[in-house]
Amino acid sequence: MEKILEVKDLEVSFQTYGGSVKAVRGVSFDLHKGETLAIVGESGSGKSVTSQTIMKLIPMPPGQITGGKILFNGDDIVPKTDKEMEKIRGKEISMIFQDPMTSLNPTMKIGYQIMEGLIKHQNMSKQAAKQRAVELLSLVGIPMPEKRVNQYPHEFSGGMRQRAMIAIALAANPKLLIADEPTTALDVTIQAQILELMKDLQSKMDTSIIFITHDLGVVANVADRVAVMYAGQIVEMGTVDEIFYDPRHPYTWGLLASMPSVDNDDNQDLAAIPGTPPDLTNPPKGDAFAARNKYALAIDFEEEPPMYQISETHFAKTWLLHPDAPQVEPPDAVKKRIRQLSSTFKTPVLVKEDK
Amino acid sequence: MTDKLLEIKNLKQHFNIGKPNMVKAVDGVSFDIYRGETLGLVGESGCGKSTTGRSIIRLYDATDGQVLFNGEDVHGKKSAKELKKFNRKMQMIFQDPYASLNPRMTVSDIIAEGIDIHGLAKDKKERMEKVYALLETVGLNKEHANRYPHEFSGGQRQRIGIARALAVDPDFIIADEPISALDVSIQAQVVNLMKKLQREKGLTYLFIAHDLSMVKYISDRIGVMYFGKLVELATADDLYNNPMHPYTQSLLSAIPLPDPETERTRKRKSYDPKSHNYGDNEKLEMREIAPGHFVYCSEKEEKQYKAQYIK
Repeated sequence: MEKILEVKDLEVSFQTYGGSVKAVRGVSFDLHKGETLAIVGESGSGKSVTSQTIMKLIPMPPGQITGGKILFNGDDIVPKTDKEMEKIRGKEISMIFQDPMTSLNPTMKIGYQIMEGLIKHQNMSKQAAKQRAVELLSLVGIPMPEKRVNQYPHEFSGGMRQRAMIAIALAANPKLLIADEPTTALDVTIQAQILELMKDLQSKMDTSIIFITHDLGVVANVADRVAVMYAGQIVEMGTVDEIFYDPRHPYTWGLLASMPSVDNDDNQDLAAIPGTPPDLTNPPKGDAFAARNKYALAIDFEEEPPMYQISETHFAKTWLLHPDAPQVEPPDAVKKRIRQLSSTFKTPVLVKEDK
Repeated sequence: MTDKLLEIKNLKQHFNIGKPNMVKAVDGVSFDIYRGETLGLVGESGCGKSTTGRSIIRLYDATDGQVLFNGEDVHGKKSAKELKKFNRKMQMIFQDPYASLNPRMTVSDIIAEGIDIHGLAKDKKERMEKVYALLETVGLNKEHANRYPHEFSGGQRQRIGIARALAVDPDFIIADEPISALDVSIQAQVVNLMKKLQREKGLTYLFIAHDLSMVKYISDRIGVMYFGKLVELATADDLYNNPMHPYTQSLLSAIPLPDPETERTRKRKSYDPKSHNYGDNEKLEMREIAPGHFVYCSEKEEKQYKAQYIK
């Protein structure tokens, strides 16, 4: 499959009075055409910063890309100027934000907010753009689009606003769509509708999607592949089946075990992950997750674990996969879901860094 | 489980009465909460679940109906003294731990505010001891007492909110979406804490949320609200295994589960209130379909639901 995006060893930091915060610490991933990659992690894990860096939306300064490459269609976008980025944003890569209340302009009609991109990127006339805006609104399932196009955001409900946001993002047929928690502010019933809409549009337009969320239920619904982020690094990455049925990293175990499942016994305590994420001004030595990890080995506090490969598509960054590591049992809630996947290698292979 | 702590009878909460923009946020809701149980209240935003919680604790004056707490009407006429006594027994935990703590007060003052108002501590020393004990109960420590809210993370702030609610030794706590602003890994910590406190102190909870899987986990019984009305009320397991009202079915079919295989085969049901086809003279009320399982329906539907019900 054709690679549309390659992120290589991306490092982003923010200069603050308290020192430099290393928000993203060496993130690498690929994205294929028509694929959905979900990035999961808690707040502060660097998932939003990673995606905003791809669009170069982080304020610089205080933000700074301190290393790595972002190849979009083979072209590195890190050295690009703001002027050059304007040609990419909205046209090649667009974004749906979490909060539809604050990301639409309250003083502009919905129709005009959709037309903006069309007029700028596709040199459409005003009339043609308006025509297209009406089409887009009906595409995202808004009834009476001819009337809605002339309304302001406050006349839309939350779910409708998020649909309008999607229409804006899709206006110029982007190759890559970044959705940063697009359904977190919505009700479950509306969330299900929006997710169905996004999947439907993706199959029609063959867009690649980076879907950022902390809801593992949503991930299971939309993703082809999943990257789990912790403290600015990807700690585990694999296809959706590999992450949910054969997770290898203790942090992924923790996330899966801390969610109540509908058919679970309610008398047991949830397996919460103790503590809070580390301060990234001074990332801890060794494995950043070690302090919260009951499976931590002595080496976790000394040396950062390397990436191990478990199958063609499955990677995990933990010392537990080292041949000398002790055998550990994942939490009960995780053991219940584990299945043997045919694509798994016999033993995990250390990924050699090409430097 | 027969001891009723709270009886809500035909509670109504209307806003902007007599104006064209009148809203019937809560429109005739009745249910009981038994001592020591957790009642979950779910529904989409705007269905009136938070308003119900706030009317129960008298943050709003109810338009109509009764809230009986230990047999006494909360909304009845009360002297300041009686009201104070009642306030001690009922407390609330709010959704947004960033907005519900006064940023200009230290943690010890926030927690001890109730202690001061109700005169629960004889002197400064006892007051501080109580604060320290509360901090420990909720999993924080003594050193945190002199800090300000901005120095804490979301999960820690929610713990402070819980400590504040516990300070006056209440019987009943209304938790209005206490975990929806928190990260997944922290949500489990707070829910475990609430369960532990319930076991130790025999608390009764009204747990308002829209995250259905968490509500199922924490609640003994669940009420489903739709447009200001309670449409179904049953034990947690019964509601999940035997949802009767079409709205409950649609709500349950929309919960995303962390399991890719079930997600691939998911069939979502949608709910259209018109599908009931109620006639003009059909009487709609809560009817008991099976022991402890109530559905808001007409007489005709009652028969239909009873036939459908799987034992």
